[in-house]
Amino acid sequence: MPLDANKKRVFKVIGTRPARPDGIDKVTGRALYGADATAPGMLFGHILRSPHAHALIKSIDTSAAEALSGVKAIITSKDFGLPDDSSVLDVQDNCMAREKVLYDGHAVAAVAATSAAIAKKALKLIKVDYEALPHVTDVDAAMRPDAPIVQAGRAMDDLPAGLSENVTYHFEFGHGDMDAGFDKADKIVERSFKTAATHQGYIEPHACLASMNSDGKGELWCCTQGQFFVRELCADILEIEASQLRVTASEIGGGFGGKTTVFIEPVALALSRKSGRPVKIVMSREEVFRASGPTVSSSSDVKIGMTKDGRITAAHATFRYQGGAFPCGTVQFGAQSAFAAYDLDAVQTIGWSVLTNRPKEAAYRAPGAPMAIYAVESVVDELCQELGLDPLDVRLKNAAQKGTKSSYGPTFDDIGLKATLEAAVAHPHYTAPLGPNQGRGLSCGFWFNFGGNTCVSLNVNFDGTVGITEGNPDIGGSRASISLMAAEELGIPYEKVRTIVADTNSIGHNDITDGSRVTFAVGLATIKAARDAKQKMCARVAKIWDIDEDAVYWEDGYAKPSGPNAGTFDPMSLEEIAAISAETGGPIAGHHEVNADGAGVSFGVHLVDVEVDPETGATEVLRYTVFQDAGKAIHPDYVEGQMQGGAVQGIGWALNEEYIYGEDGRLQNPGLLDYRIPVASDLPNIDTVILEIPNPGHPYGVRGVGETPIVPPLAAISNAVSRATGLRMSELPMSPPRVLKALSAKG
Amino acid sequence: MKNIHVSTTINGDPTEFICAPDESLLDVLRDRLGLTGSKEGCGSGDCGACSVTVNGRLVCSCLVLGAEADGAAVETIEGMAQGETLHPLQQHFIDGAALQCGVCTPGILVAAKALLEKNPNPTDTEIRYWLAGNLCRCTGYDKIIKAVQSAAAEMRGA
Amino acid sequence: MVKVAIWGSLRTATDGKAEVEADPGTFKQILDQLVVDYPGLEPQIKRGVSFALDGKIYRDAWFTKINDDSELVLMPYMVGG
Ligand code: FES
Ligand code: FES
Repeated sequence: MPLDANKKRVFKVIGTRPARPDGIDKVTGRALYGADATAPGMLFGHILRSPHAHALIKSIDTSAAEALSGVKAIITSKDFGLPDDSSVLDVQDNCMAREKVLYDGHAVAAVAATSAAIAKKALKLIKVDYEALPHVTDVDAAMRPDAPIVQAGRAMDDLPAGLSENVTYHFEFGHGDMDAGFDKADKIVERSFKTAATHQGYIEPHACLASMNSDGKGELWCCTQGQFFVRELCADILEIEASQLRVTASEIGGGFGGKTTVFIEPVALALSRKSGRPVKIVMSREEVFRASGPTVSSSSDVKIGMTKDGRITAAHATFRYQGGAFPCGTVQFGAQSAFAAYDLDAVQTIGWSVLTNRPKEAAYRAPGAPMAIYAVESVVDELCQELGLDPLDVRLKNAAQKGTKSSYGPTFDDIGLKATLEAAVAHPHYTAPLGPNQGRGLSCGFWFNFGGNTCVSLNVNFDGTVGITEGNPDIGGSRASISLMAAEELGIPYEKVRTIVADTNSIGHNDITDGSRVTFAVGLATIKAARDAKQKMCARVAKIWDIDEDAVYWEDGYAKPSGPNAGTFDPMSLEEIAAISAETGGPIAGHHEVNADGAGVSFGVHLVDVEVDPETGATEVLRYTVFQDAGKAIHPDYVEGQMQGGAVQGIGWALNEEYIYGEDGRLQNPGLLDYRIPVASDLPNIDTVILEIPNPGHPYGVRGVGETPIVPPLAAISNAVSRATGLRMSELPMSPPRVLKALSAKG
Repeated sequence: MKNIHVSTTINGDPTEFICAPDESLLDVLRDRLGLTGSKEGCGSGDCGACSVTVNGRLVCSCLVLGAEADGAAVETIEGMAQGETLHPLQQHFIDGAALQCGVCTPGILVAAKALLEKNPNPTDTEIRYWLAGNLCRCTGYDKIIKAVQSAAAEMRGA
Repeated sequence: MVKVAIWGSLRTATDGKAEVEADPGTFKQILDQLVVDYPGLEPQIKRGVSFALDGKIYRDAWFTKINDDSELVLMPYMVGG
């Protein structure tokens, strides 16, 4: 499907920075998030969670809890069926443990009661008889043949000898002659790396309000990145029909990939069905850490060969990711993105996916990519240091571009990597002087971006305003961007358009807000819906003027006769056409449904200056600049916001954030005090440079921008620390004690 | 445990409620009074999403007991705008895109207002340290600091 | 013939072959041929596959025309954050 690219197009509304439609609600406290809804007769749901990393559930006795007055329903896994689809069963088992608890925090039972205090008291009265089992939380340990087996029967077919059954998935891919490539190298560096699991850290904990009747009709309000996916999962788990469950997405207090699945929603629905009352469940922050979906943790080996003048001759990587107690495919994205920035003749990538006794990972912004690219970019940087080469020069010399056969298979179309690197070379940051104990690092980053299933409807109201109904929760200002694209296409002011996010019964299926797809795919569908409406308006005007439909065209908000042959008529505005639409055939609406392709990959480059305190090992970020190709920035403020927010999440990952497990397999830091995310005083301003290399797959050239910015900071900061201290760190986070230890070992 | 009867002033309005002795002010505001603008991000004083002022002092309402509000004057995000007129901080947060998901915004606005009342002309560093107890995971803080500066400038009449 | 590059993990179903051949046609026709030639691919194809055609990634676009000279890469379905 060729899309008309408007590369040279001059935009009127796109690229401006108007106020977002939900702004006032959000600055006055009126916006309703997941935990802000209530219903008459509502009960409070609370969940009992495993104190063991791994244990058999021998029995659960709920009788004492049931006897407590105010308790209206208690459920365990027995209240759910056994879905045929194994992926649905995994989700269900993660929401409520069946035979075994698989990680510290795994749900075992849930209570609905008339107050939160009674529900919590009831949890204490539930007696669970556990038989503790040996556990494993480290990825490398979990692969060893003697490791405790997390879930039997999930190992990959043809599991190689000498590996644990915990290995669920393996692959290799690449191209070219590796031996010949390494032979040509003047210098080869081979290193191993480890990265800790981190959490998305959205400030709003998971929350939902469920109401379900015994006839299978239900209503669910929840904070989610995808109400349609929630509906499908919950309908499958509760064995009801999708059409009978209406899911409404609340305003969402951050997601970053972590709200792309369900944890509490099926539990709340089951409690509501059993009690006959609405049930609200809100996770505590501790529950968010222990029982939602953090990232994978990783272990990897990277080997790269380079010539004296900086050409990469061969590159090899092995990635081992653990994604918790259920199979997960995230290592694939890591492996596919690892070498994406490079034009390589010989490249080989291997991936392993492993089960451990940790919560099932969920997507986190460019899932899998940051840790893989961290390892690769660290080795590239070390080669530059060893060979005395300029790191930007080397990246330019090896940069992927249009026509490059990417390391993961496909050949690239127009991509903005070279332009992004050149912008970094030209930026004053790159040559600014540095002081003692300071270092400058950089890294490339990459994300694929997705399109996906999307529908949008656009209604032209009688007063000449326009309403847009779409189905993707707005996390970072997407309603504003969608209104901007509709206004641009229709030739009307932004203020005349209002975009809302609809529930599952008010519009057709939309995929999750993920993969940086919303501005791209929903934008594309909005533009097409607007074109559909314009065509209908032109047809109405053709009838009024009594000329052929194709003798009328649309320009700048008006239907106009297409030339002297069409006749002379005064152009009619959208407002005029709307005002008489009842008389000319009824309401006017445009819509578009698509499974959007052509999302267009996204590259970014980050430059960072740090200072490492030799006394404490603390790393301070002094200056930070993000360069990224946005294709076309619809609302530049929110594009910058994505670049800044992603960079800061990456800074946290590099320097502080980590899931710490004790010997007992329990999470030791399930709170925001001990799991430290960056605060305002940790950071400098985050400067941004937006490049616009249009994506040929979108009518306005848009590329997704949300995920790429979390990718480069890990290596960029590690490279900066290396240049500041002469130390090559190979483990994240580079927390002060870890850096101090390395400094004193070096002497 | 018997509930406690509390008389207080919230955003200038006389307010009465009953609450359990161990119930936090945040739970009272949200669950008993329907003032859900204050958010719970942690319940342990680490995120600042629940920030309010009690007798002019900035506090995490999750760490204050509802009973402590007796006889006090409590200000929440719901009292920040005057009718149709937004507070300059609110306006500059919208104009400067200082929010993405917006769940941290009420707490940050309340905290920033308390700062500007003490120090109408803060440096960036002062703002960053003052707001260090208010977590934002979306924005990287850059646009928040800038919006506080531009609101401060407007409030100084600059 | 269209050359179909088989991505990484899917190769276990093609006897380890990194590239297989199919008659030109729509993507759906090519998928059907692949299932006949390599029955091991069927479960993965049912679960969902993406394909990259000349560098662009598509998900489930059955009616896309695949010509003789196009570059087709078959990959498992991808999701994001
Ligand atoms: S909820 Fe009070 S500080 Fe987080
Ligand atoms: S805007 Fe989302 S946490 Fe601050």
